[in-house]
Amino acid sequence: MRVLPLLLAILAGCGEVWNDPYPAADRGGNILYSVFADRPKHLDPAQSYTTDESVFTRQIYEPPLQYHYLKRPYELIPLTATQVPRPRLVQKGGSTYSVYEIRIKPGIRYQPHPAFVPGNQDLQEKAIESLRSPYDLPLGTRELTADDYIYQIKRLAHPQLHTPIFGLMSEYIVGLKAYAERLKSAAAPGRWLDLREHPLEGVARIDAYTYRVTLKGRYPQFVYWLAMPFFAPMPWEAEKFFHQAGMAEKNFTLDWWPVGTGPFMLSQNDPNARMVLERNPNFRGEAYPSQGEAGDAAGGLLADAGRTLPFIDKAVYTREKEAIPLWNKFLQGYYDLSGIGSDNFDQAVRVSLEGDAALTPDMETKGIRLDASIAPTIYYLGANWLDPVVGGAKGGEAAERARKLRQALAIAVDWEEYLSIFANGRGVPSHSPLAPGIFGYREGAGAINPVTHEWKDGRAHRRPIEAARKLLAEAGYPDGRDAVTGQPLVLYLDTTSRGPGDKAVMDWWRKQFAKLPVQFEPRQTDWNRFQEKLRKGSTQLFIVGWSADYPDPENFMFLLHGPQSRARTQGENASNYLNPEFDALFERMRNMPNSPERQRVIDRMIEIFRRDAPWIGGFHPKNFALFHSWLGNAKVNEISGNGLKYLKVDPARRAAARREWNQPVLWPVMLVLILLAISVIPAVLTYRRRERMAARPAA
Amino acid sequence: MFAYIVRRVLYAIPILIGVNLITFALFFVVNTPDDMARMQLGAKRVTPEAIDKWKAERGYDLPLLWNAAAQGAGKATRTIFFQKSVRLFVFDFGYSEDKRDIGSEIRARMWPSLALALPVFLVGLAVCITFALLMAFFRATYLDIWGVVLCVAMMSISTLFYIIGGQYIASKVWHLVPISGYAGGLDAAKFLVLPVVIGVISGIGASSRWYRTLFLEEMGKDYVRTARAKGLAESVVLFRHVLKNALIPILTGVVVVIPLLFLGSLLAESFFGIPGLGSYTIDAIQAQDFAVVRSMVFIGSVLYIAGLILTDLSYTLVDPRIRLE
Repeated sequence: MRVLPLLLAILAGCGEVWNDPYPAADRGGNILYSVFADRPKHLDPAQSYTTDESVFTRQIYEPPLQYHYLKRPYELIPLTATQVPRPRLVQKGGSTYSVYEIRIKPGIRYQPHPAFVPGNQDLQEKAIESLRSPYDLPLGTRELTADDYIYQIKRLAHPQLHTPIFGLMSEYIVGLKAYAERLKSAAAPGRWLDLREHPLEGVARIDAYTYRVTLKGRYPQFVYWLAMPFFAPMPWEAEKFFHQAGMAEKNFTLDWWPVGTGPFMLSQNDPNARMVLERNPNFRGEAYPSQGEAGDAAGGLLADAGRTLPFIDKAVYTREKEAIPLWNKFLQGYYDLSGIGSDNFDQAVRVSLEGDAALTPDMETKGIRLDASIAPTIYYLGANWLDPVVGGAKGGEAAERARKLRQALAIAVDWEEYLSIFANGRGVPSHSPLAPGIFGYREGAGAINPVTHEWKDGRAHRRPIEAARKLLAEAGYPDGRDAVTGQPLVLYLDTTSRGPGDKAVMDWWRKQFAKLPVQFEPRQTDWNRFQEKLRKGSTQLFIVGWSADYPDPENFMFLLHGPQSRARTQGENASNYLNPEFDALFERMRNMPNSPERQRVIDRMIEIFRRDAPWIGGFHPKNFALFHSWLGNAKVNEISGNGLKYLKVDPARRAAARREWNQPVLWPVMLVLILLAISVIPAVLTYRRRERMAARPAA
Repeated sequence: MFAYIVRRVLYAIPILIGVNLITFALFFVVNTPDDMARMQLGAKRVTPEAIDKWKAERGYDLPLLWNAAAQGAGKATRTIFFQKSVRLFVFDFGYSEDKRDIGSEIRARMWPSLALALPVFLVGLAVCITFALLMAFFRATYLDIWGVVLCVAMMSISTLFYIIGGQYIASKVWHLVPISGYAGGLDAAKFLVLPVVIGVISGIGASSRWYRTLFLEEMGKDYVRTARAKGLAESVVLFRHVLKNALIPILTGVVVVIPLLFLGSLLAESFFGIPGLGSYTIDAIQAQDFAVVRSMVFIGSVLYIAGLILTDLSYTLVDPRIRLE
């Protein structure tokens, strides 16, 4: 009994922490620790599209362009390109073409990879079977050339790949659609399809470092796509290497073992537990930015200006499916950065009456820093344009009634209250489809939706419910009843919220509609059926969201573009909104450079949007991020995703904090052991008494 | 005995076909091949052409159960059910919808599952039997009464509460072990201590109470009275005679779960970040990955049948009166 407490005391005296989840060999390393929740499905740049995947792909693959890490609004700058390309307009056969000539920097080299060793291109299946990782083979490299960018663009049409943007790009890149058909006939089962043998009309090699992309018509947003991994280079050797027999059975595919020129390379791919990025030894180096937005210098974000990137050697991403372990490990110092879940919000952040967010004293004591940014995202309550009650497709008087009904609802639904109750105030109500920071978004009094809000005392106030009731009466539903039939007006919200936790949200919705008063019925369904209803146009009201691919108003306004109606063309216009004037303005606006003229067009589009109210309000979420004091240069960038190379850690400071915060508490263990020992005593006594007990004497 | 085993294995074939059919029906009642394609391709910019291509590549463009357009046997074989099911019987699981080899995933994930489930099973069995024997030994005393009360209380508490409470106390407040995570080899030990302890504690209530009942029933039998009449010590009666005879019903419940240990724990693996087969199954259900769901249900059925056969065999070991014919 005396040995155990002594042993525990000795162990505690060592000063080592017991709950460190990382190997001892990594202690003190220049490593960043973070998390991922969902296993990435694709790491092939032709297929990868989700944020979960871009955490990895954007550190590995290098498209020609990137976003400035610090500047806001977001600004495109060269990555491997020498400059941001400007389109040259060419007239040919009565049609307009945009020609982008992209020149890349010479001397960029790929990460070490077995695909670049010729001997690895003809492996026996048995040799592959014995491999634990492709990196067990001899590694090589080579210089990046324009051919690799061309190869990747061709891959967008590959018959065995699913490129999410193929449909979009085939409308613009000359010959891409026909190219896909040609590849389909050229492909044979089991044979590697060498795309070098199949030229694509719209893409041409000028020289080893220059290539040209020709688009049909004008498409100014194309440069934004050039900052995404879809347009990152792909060496043909990698495709051929992974196509060898036996590779897929070992899960050695391009989808799981990316090959890039970026600052990091994927050294461990275990999507069930851990993904590890390590510094690419062949990375050319890149300078930390020397300019930022106001406040960056004061915040220490320019202290490393001009220093060579990346700063860290390794990034370890651990899979955390549950919020509780994730949050606690962040507080223990085992993750360097974290978001804030709803359950932990009050523990981390306090919001003042003015709506300003600040850290709680506990967080400040730990030296944690808070950063917040409004995401280029919108969640909105959509009204189905094809619905006879709330839609406007019928035209005439019915459309006018529906418009007033939508406007009444837009006043009644109090998104400020929704954000306060269900999102801890993390978001701003939307007054237009555009998120803050996007060109065309206006600030202040000019930014508010005059249908739903009025500007008083320097801020927006939601119009009184009487205004909504008046509109409802004008719509033909005085007191929420049809003026002709006398029947109560019942509106239906199609939603996937059907868990016990969603009851409060549904009650809130019911309350918003009751203010008018209008009866509210949620139609709760699963995700599949919900999507099916949207596709068929059989919803009435619904809530959906959109995260922008790039910071351009076109990427929001197209959600209301008639020809992209979900029900009619399976496009992204989920509310099936159709207004010829809006559509004409959209066609004009999307091809314009950012200018006062473009602003005027956008203003008019927003005016139409507010009048028609196809979306009954919504909000732009505000993302909060917490950074430990030892993490440097951290700034939320909602668009770029390649921020890992800018981050730096102070391992000594981290180790000291972990030691201080995680000293094992041993007295409860000893107490439990003592209590157990004590509890044995009555058992022993009873046992001995029973053993000594004589048979009961006869009466 | 050999003939008995062969017969049981042959019985298993129609059972497995039935299980496969039910899994197939349940899955496709909820999800259509289009839904699966949309789930895999993502919510943004998915075109009908992309969905058709995805289905054709994976064979989901065929009819579900009956292909009226095909000729002869093709009516049954040129269907999703046949194409996806027949290879399972030779344990060829194929690829998941995100094109990972399911067989190698299972081989990799089975060890973490086993590393958690096996200690929970063995330690849990030892602890529960010991606790139950103690309660039986001290029957009708305060120790027995409070032991039963404790068992009822423990079995009334949700496993989730044990997990979250255990993580809070042992990892967050006392800093004794990592709150979650996993590592290979011996490094796994520090990640497994807490889930194993929680797994054992959460199982004590129900199992101990049941075992206690078995022991008490056994203690009321004539041979026990005879043993006591011979003057044997209570501990000898309990451990040498009662325990051995009470093992038969315990074996019924215990041996059947041994093969299932490979499948891991759905809840514990998720909360403790253990990359086992339990979390693999949950992920597959959430991702509507029919290939993985079908494979895991099939393996579960095979292991369950194997467990039942093992249970029958174990009877012959513990009870000489039983013969398998």
